[in-house]
Amino acid sequence: MRVEFAQSMINAFDKNDNLVFITGDLGYMALEKVQEKFGEKFINAGVAEQNMITVAAALAHEGFIPWTYSISPFVTLRPYEQIRNDVCLHNLPVKIVGNGGGYGYGIMGATHHNIEDIGALRILQNMRIYVPFTVSDVEQAVEQMIADKSPNYLRLNMGAKISQPVAPFNQWRKIKDGTKGVVVGTGPVTENILNSEFADDLEVWVVSIFPIVELPSELVSSVNTTQKLITIEEHNGECGLRETLSYHLMNHLTSNIKILSLAASGYPSGKYGDQKFHQAENNLGGEGMVKELSAFLC
Amino acid sequence: MLLYGALNIKNRFLGMYKQANAGHVGCSLSVAEMLTFVRFGWMKDTDEIILSKGHAAAALYSMLAEDGTLTEDDIKTFYQNNTYLAAHPPVNKIKRIPFATGSLGHGLSIAAGLGLAQKLKKTDKQVFCITSDGEINEGSTWEAALFIAHHNLNNVVWLIDRNKLQGYGRTEDVMKLEPLADKLRAFGFEVVEANGHDFESLENAKSKSQRATKPTAIICNTTKGNGWKTYEDKVDCHYLPMKDDQYSLITEEVKRDFEKRLTAIG
Repeated sequence: MRVEFAQSMINAFDKNDNLVFITGDLGYMALEKVQEKFGEKFINAGVAEQNMITVAAALAHEGFIPWTYSISPFVTLRPYEQIRNDVCLHNLPVKIVGNGGGYGYGIMGATHHNIEDIGALRILQNMRIYVPFTVSDVEQAVEQMIADKSPNYLRLNMGAKISQPVAPFNQWRKIKDGTKGVVVGTGPVTENILNSEFADDLEVWVVSIFPIVELPSELVSSVNTTQKLITIEEHNGECGLRETLSYHLMNHLTSNIKILSLAASGYPSGKYGDQKFHQAENNLGGEGMVKELSAFLC
Repeated sequence: MLLYGALNIKNRFLGMYKQANAGHVGCSLSVAEMLTFVRFGWMKDTDEIILSKGHAAAALYSMLAEDGTLTEDDIKTFYQNNTYLAAHPPVNKIKRIPFATGSLGHGLSIAAGLGLAQKLKKTDKQVFCITSDGEINEGSTWEAALFIAHHNLNNVVWLIDRNKLQGYGRTEDVMKLEPLADKLRAFGFEVVEANGHDFESLENAKSKSQRATKPTAIICNTTKGNGWKTYEDKVDCHYLPMKDDQYSLITEEVKRDFEKRLTAIG
């Protein structure tokens, strides 16, 4: 999604020169054209993310719409207090872009992964999180974030490749119908179910904006009818989609349902590999996911 | 006149602390003249002041009452339930407090961002940031210093309340800052040293800063708890509230100091 994101920023600057782009010294072979386009409004803040976030907050206070960019953990967890105090408490429109949410940085290792970002940020006041599903979502998400006067986080990853058509970017999108259970996923990892042998039987939804405030009635109805809910997220389930969705669903349940949570637990074997390796290890893809789904749906 | 301003500001915040039976008295006594000087002797009305050492909020509120931003009725709510005037500056509620502070190490980055914004907007607005010396321990302060120097944000003036005391000891015992001036110079600042309680000295620092082409860091040498003889230059004055007799002694000392200075300038 990095290429699409860079192009989206270039397009957005044509419409709104109040944008400022700040990178935490990353973006090689990705941001060069953004730099050229933004001119003096492209700033490399160096490897100093705490300062970068607060500088962005102050720029937002002065009427700019600053975009801060780095690898996901470096731009979210490292400067967490700056995001909380200087951005979120003041409800300033700082746009935080984290590349490689989840296991996106694969073999780069645990320090470059982020399976806590959505959970850590969704609980902050005024924060809204955007999680594109396909590459086509990126430009729409960027446009919505510019219109959004709140602090935002954009979680970039590899776009999902699926055969089904996908509606324009929105918080809730139903990808397909099915009768044996309901899947709610966030982010491109949802493609692993859509591209699996179980897809035909499942109704699949993607949620792309957090926090969740309310649920689509059609989704609630399907969950009550099928009585089986599967959540999938390349993220810790405790603070992620599983937890927030369960809470919102509780008030709407009219039948007993079973839940299967497919979520990132970390590093079960302590070993590293590419993104697909980590997904498989966490039963988010591969044989582990197949086994979990088979057992749950039988 | 600055002397009268400082007297009013001190008397007001001493009364606030007494009424609230609150600590941080020494932190405000340390920074009182610096705040007075920046607000009434230096900054334009459109400029910004960031009190990064938010624990001296009472001094800031008192200064804002002195310039008419806050009313005396507002001041009476300090530390009470249902007030905007918390022990540390609040979020989005008071003109001239653009950012809540209190967690140390944020203010200089705020000043950096505000300074950068003025450069981009091509305004002549200046940003004054007052930090403590203890918060120079924070890595983010040094990140901000690098950023300010690199971008030559000479519309930012960094004033350091160098009282040499921090939360649990003397700065040089906890984590050595010296040679502080050399460090700041090496980071790219025009470094000026001043007596942070003396307006003439602060005026000289202002002149040097205005001649500088680089961003300025003014090391304002101060005494924590200045005027509170019992606890002056002791960690205690950071935390302890004033007892009745101490309050009387401090206010007398503040008055005596004011009269001495007034006499000195004739």
